[in-house]
Amino acid sequence: MNLAIQIDNVHKHYGEVHALKGLSLNIEKGEFFGLLGPNGAGKSTLINIIAGLTRMDSGHVSVMGHDVVANYRQSRQSIGVVPQELVFDPFFSVREILQIQAGYFGKAKQSSAWIDALLEGLNLTDKADSNMRSLSGGMKRRVLIAQALVHKPEVVILDEPTAGVDVELRGSLWAFVKELHNDGHTIVLTTHYLEEAENLCQRIAIVNQGQLIALDSKESLLARGVGSTCTVSVTLSKPINNLTELLKDKLKSCDGNRFEFVLNRDTDTIISLVDSLRSLGAEIIDLRTEDADLEDVFLELTKQAN
Amino acid sequence: MNWQGMYTLFHKELRRFSKVALQTVLAPIMTALLYLLVFSHVLEGHVNVYNDVSYTAFLIPGLMMMSIIQNSFANSSSSLVQSKVTGNIIFVLLTPLSYLEFYLAFLGSSIIRGLSVGLGIFIVASFFVDLPLHSILWLLIFAIFSSAVLGSLGIIAGIWAEKFDHMAGFQNFIIMPLSFLSGVFYSIHSLPEFWQILSKFNPFFYMIDGFRYGFFGVADVDPYLSLLVVSLFWLGFASITLFVLHRGYKLRD
Repeated sequence: MNLAIQIDNVHKHYGEVHALKGLSLNIEKGEFFGLLGPNGAGKSTLINIIAGLTRMDSGHVSVMGHDVVANYRQSRQSIGVVPQELVFDPFFSVREILQIQAGYFGKAKQSSAWIDALLEGLNLTDKADSNMRSLSGGMKRRVLIAQALVHKPEVVILDEPTAGVDVELRGSLWAFVKELHNDGHTIVLTTHYLEEAENLCQRIAIVNQGQLIALDSKESLLARGVGSTCTVSVTLSKPINNLTELLKDKLKSCDGNRFEFVLNRDTDTIISLVDSLRSLGAEIIDLRTEDADLEDVFLELTKQAN
Repeated sequence: MNWQGMYTLFHKELRRFSKVALQTVLAPIMTALLYLLVFSHVLEGHVNVYNDVSYTAFLIPGLMMMSIIQNSFANSSSSLVQSKVTGNIIFVLLTPLSYLEFYLAFLGSSIIRGLSVGLGIFIVASFFVDLPLHSILWLLIFAIFSSAVLGSLGIIAGIWAEKFDHMAGFQNFIIMPLSFLSGVFYSIHSLPEFWQILSKFNPFFYMIDGFRYGFFGVADVDPYLSLLVVSLFWLGFASITLFVLHRGYKLRD
């Protein structure tokens, strides 16, 4: 088996809410996998089930071949989770927290050198003996990553790790995660920053309302967008406010004299767009076309599903 | 068994309360000594308890056990509710610890905290009162079993409580009244018959009475009956705690 995570027909209810509706997907060993979806789609529930934090109603999930219920000890040894919230234990220093976390996994004795390496890799060496309370948000986020890695798991799940993190830190975090991936770790990422998923992930799953609505390589997903639509940005000499109904249907955004239109490649042409604008008396001073990015694909797919 | 994991959690819990020992160990010792000072000063010579046992000597085991009860409960309950409210409970739930290992680690640290406070009161009180020691074995059995009962109850309360207010309610409306009305300050033989009967429905009474037997060799009820009651309560609460942890109630939703 070459699978890091196997998810088979997972259902989960919270009272009346059917949070996961028979979701199935596989993640291969060594993949950099993106799990996307709007708020409330079921991403965190799925991650919590994989990590053993939430119990599924039915279905099967295994990590590195270990069932997360029947063989939870082995599956939890194989996985490291960076939680979304900045949670920490206020009683301990950074090093103590990492030593304790390694101890839970039965790796207290052999962890010392690895803890030093983690602290160095995440630029936390000078904060090793500081209490967690005294750290900034970015530093706490890095400690969470160190905690997830301290038992050397093969699979690392990052649940929106860059939420609220400044650009510089985000860059250094991704450099570190890329290094982990290059070292052979399987990385599962959920993020709201779609450009991150586009830049980092090899395959992407999009979840909406507890169901898998897309699962493909990044290139194939982007090709879906390229195949059906294209975005045209038009800058006019002055704003106009008499767009026809046809143009309003295609309008994506409008900012003063700058308009963005989404054209269907099968039925629309740029020439017909230009002609329509000219017929309204508009003078075009700039025109650009853009291929669809992951955000367009994401919006299109989740809109269809809704 | 994940022995190292369990020991790590146990040790972490010990370090957690020892880092704030002023609040978790020294403050309850101080409170107990103030009770001792006030009650012994006011009631010594006015209240008859056992033959040949002064009221002050009678009071000390009661105060010790009351503190053991309250602190072993506080240890597991406050640690759990705090971890839940702040969210750091996730770091334990993500680990390969079984529900039994989780229980034993929390139980062990609760027992140690209860015994530390009890021993502290004993040491300080020994400077003022000459206490007989009838049987150290009985003392230890009751101290350990009683803190095990309350440590287990603390885990249940900590899992159930969703905020500190819930915990305060549990502590102030259940633990505190039951421990105050369990014969800490009096022998139940000095109570009217109705209250004597009612006291026998209070499990804390058997903890204190059995513990007192370890000091004086006399008790209000047969110490074996007390041991039976306390053991059954421990078995009952341990079973409930293990069931709750196994089901993941309020922990693994």
